[in-house]
Amino acid sequence: MMKKLLMGAAALALAGSLNTTVNIAGASAEDTLYVPSLSYRTGPFAGNGIPFADGFADYFNMLNERDGGIGGARIIVEECETGYKADKGVECYEATKGKGALAYNPLSTGITLQLVPKAPVDKIPVFSMGYGLSAVAIGEKFPYGFAYPASYWSQMSSILKYIDSNGGIKGKKIGFIYLDAGYGKEPIPLLEKLAPEMGFEWVGFPVGVKEMQNQSATWLNVRKERPDWMIMWGWGAMNPTAVKEAAKIRFPMDKFIGNWWAGAHADLESVGETGKGYLAANFSGIGTDFPALQDVIKHVVEPGKSQVESVEKVGNVLYNRGLFNAVMMAEAIRVAQEHTGKTVITGEDMRWGLENFKLTEARLKELGLEGFTSPVIASCKDHEGGGAVFIQQWTGSDWERISDPIPPMVEQVRPLLEEAAESYTSEAADWQTQTCS
Amino acid sequence: MELFNQIFVDPFVTMYELPDLLLQTLWEGFVSGTLYSLIALGFVLIFKASSVFNFAQGIMVVFAALTLVGLHELGVPAYLALLLTLGVMYLLAFSVERLVLRHMVNQPDIILFMTTIGLTFILIGAGELVFGGEPKAMITEELGLPTGSSDWDVFGGIVIFQHIDIAAAVIAFLLILGLAIFFNKTRIGRALRAVADDHQAALSVGISLNQIWVIVWFAAGIVALATGIMWAAKSDVSFALQVVALKALPVLVLGGFTSIPGAIVGGLIIGFSEKLFDLYWGVPILGGGTESWFAFIVALLFLLYRPEGLFGEKHIERI
Repeated sequence: MMKKLLMGAAALALAGSLNTTVNIAGASAEDTLYVPSLSYRTGPFAGNGIPFADGFADYFNMLNERDGGIGGARIIVEECETGYKADKGVECYEATKGKGALAYNPLSTGITLQLVPKAPVDKIPVFSMGYGLSAVAIGEKFPYGFAYPASYWSQMSSILKYIDSNGGIKGKKIGFIYLDAGYGKEPIPLLEKLAPEMGFEWVGFPVGVKEMQNQSATWLNVRKERPDWMIMWGWGAMNPTAVKEAAKIRFPMDKFIGNWWAGAHADLESVGETGKGYLAANFSGIGTDFPALQDVIKHVVEPGKSQVESVEKVGNVLYNRGLFNAVMMAEAIRVAQEHTGKTVITGEDMRWGLENFKLTEARLKELGLEGFTSPVIASCKDHEGGGAVFIQQWTGSDWERISDPIPPMVEQVRPLLEEAAESYTSEAADWQTQTCS
Repeated sequence: MELFNQIFVDPFVTMYELPDLLLQTLWEGFVSGTLYSLIALGFVLIFKASSVFNFAQGIMVVFAALTLVGLHELGVPAYLALLLTLGVMYLLAFSVERLVLRHMVNQPDIILFMTTIGLTFILIGAGELVFGGEPKAMITEELGLPTGSSDWDVFGGIVIFQHIDIAAAVIAFLLILGLAIFFNKTRIGRALRAVADDHQAALSVGISLNQIWVIVWFAAGIVALATGIMWAAKSDVSFALQVVALKALPVLVLGGFTSIPGAIVGGLIIGFSEKLFDLYWGVPILGGGTESWFAFIVALLFLLYRPEGLFGEKHIERI
């Protein structure tokens, strides 16, 4: 602790002159690729933000150390602390966009919603991996918005499919507990649409940001409503509290499914045995049994070039999620470099890369990530890439994958996404669209 | 007509049909109420001694809980970690008095209030620096606090009593009782009340203002530690815990900023009313999620009719 204190004091002294950002890797200005990382290592959501930011930075660092960067250009990952606040996120965007930012990964639906209208103006894509505005999946309407490997709506449809395949969904009552913010409310239109089509009833349980750790009234309502299944769109301290409260009212854990932001180690480690059986969606691999992860450990973590607290944290759900975000970014950069013939690309080139990378099974194997995730095939039309989720279960001490990939209900979801995209863009003046062949 | 039923008929029908749920709601309201009272008590202690609304009370809850868990993670046995955390909270109280408050004597209240905002940021930074921002599990079992639950079969249903909730209510009650006795029946308590009444007069009879400040900040630190342990046991130890302290605001408005009984009664009123309202009126009429604002509406209504709170002192100014 004393070491941390002294390091902290030194960091504080440096902070005054270095602003709030930290250079992860240094390189000459001529052949570098600048990737801003809107992270949050402080505040109420830091527990989730830290492992994600670590995984994101470590993968790029590994590419720098192992391969000398991408296509001969070293990657500079610059973190900017948002504290998960939309205003700070926009501040970070404005402060870094002039440095040659290739794309923004806001890691917050609130920040994403602010940046989506800015992206076509500044010609810098916004890549909200599995969060943000679901409608950006429609590439024709959102040339600069991306939501690989799946949007919230697609994820919700996969979760409903899982419920349907485990006892049927028709005639069932689904409880939906969600963070009462843009993120938590995002899948509600899909629930409203699919409930009559699939024959289930749903009831919502909002949890205010200030009440994340004070949910007893919410769970009294759950007890009163007696839903057959509970689905959670939670984040940060809301997740462990909800699982503990569910256990308190004896809600069956194997009927309680969190989305992919409510199923991290940080969420369940403090719950332990109490949460045994709890389910969550996921789209990125768990653990370190992948050659790419081993390379990260060898080239970055063990030599002490990572911010990760200990090597045991490598491979955790959110660490791997951040790493997967970086993998897709790196693939898009590579594709853009090949397409343009340039080493140093621009935001516009990156947009092309994000629309044209193909993360096939074969490519995943080449990257040392075989079985890590389902293939993601980018295209002009489809900005969510057809990714699939799987379901994982908490064993009391770790997450265990228990299902095959569950593809989304594309036929039901796509028309809704198109409708939402049309509605969003028709309300925006001079919105830039594109035509896809 | 439907709205009329939702307000005046349906809630009472539900109460009648599901009496076990009503009892459970009252129990949850009582547990939350005692914890709100405890948080509010931390504010009252400091306000009584220095007329300062201690904005840092919320982060003191996090800081105390983090210190306890952090020390235990370093291998310190739980009870020793508890004692050491008390030591850290004393050191914090001493430092606040020596480095901050001492230099703020005779400054307007708003300056002192701003000082506590500054202190909040220092504690957030220090906490994140030393312990990191990742959530930690409270060492409930290591501290000998009970886990598990007991059922009460009643009216054809059950009421579930979590043992940790019972422990929280008992500890909160004992702590409030102990502090009430300490500040009402001891020499230091009388000195505190003298300081609260009039700084100048207290100084003139030889009461050390500095010593009193250290004592009340330490007492607020103890309250913060107890609150942190109990609340973190329901969730985890993270910086999100500091917002829970905001619940003390309506409690203080209700009970008065200077009254220990007020903090207790105010906490219980808020605890009971927000749970009952959310379950029986909030969800059917407003879709739920009323806990985040209902307490403030209750406080607002009290402000309109009793600005000094239930037990607060009336301010009479001669013109």
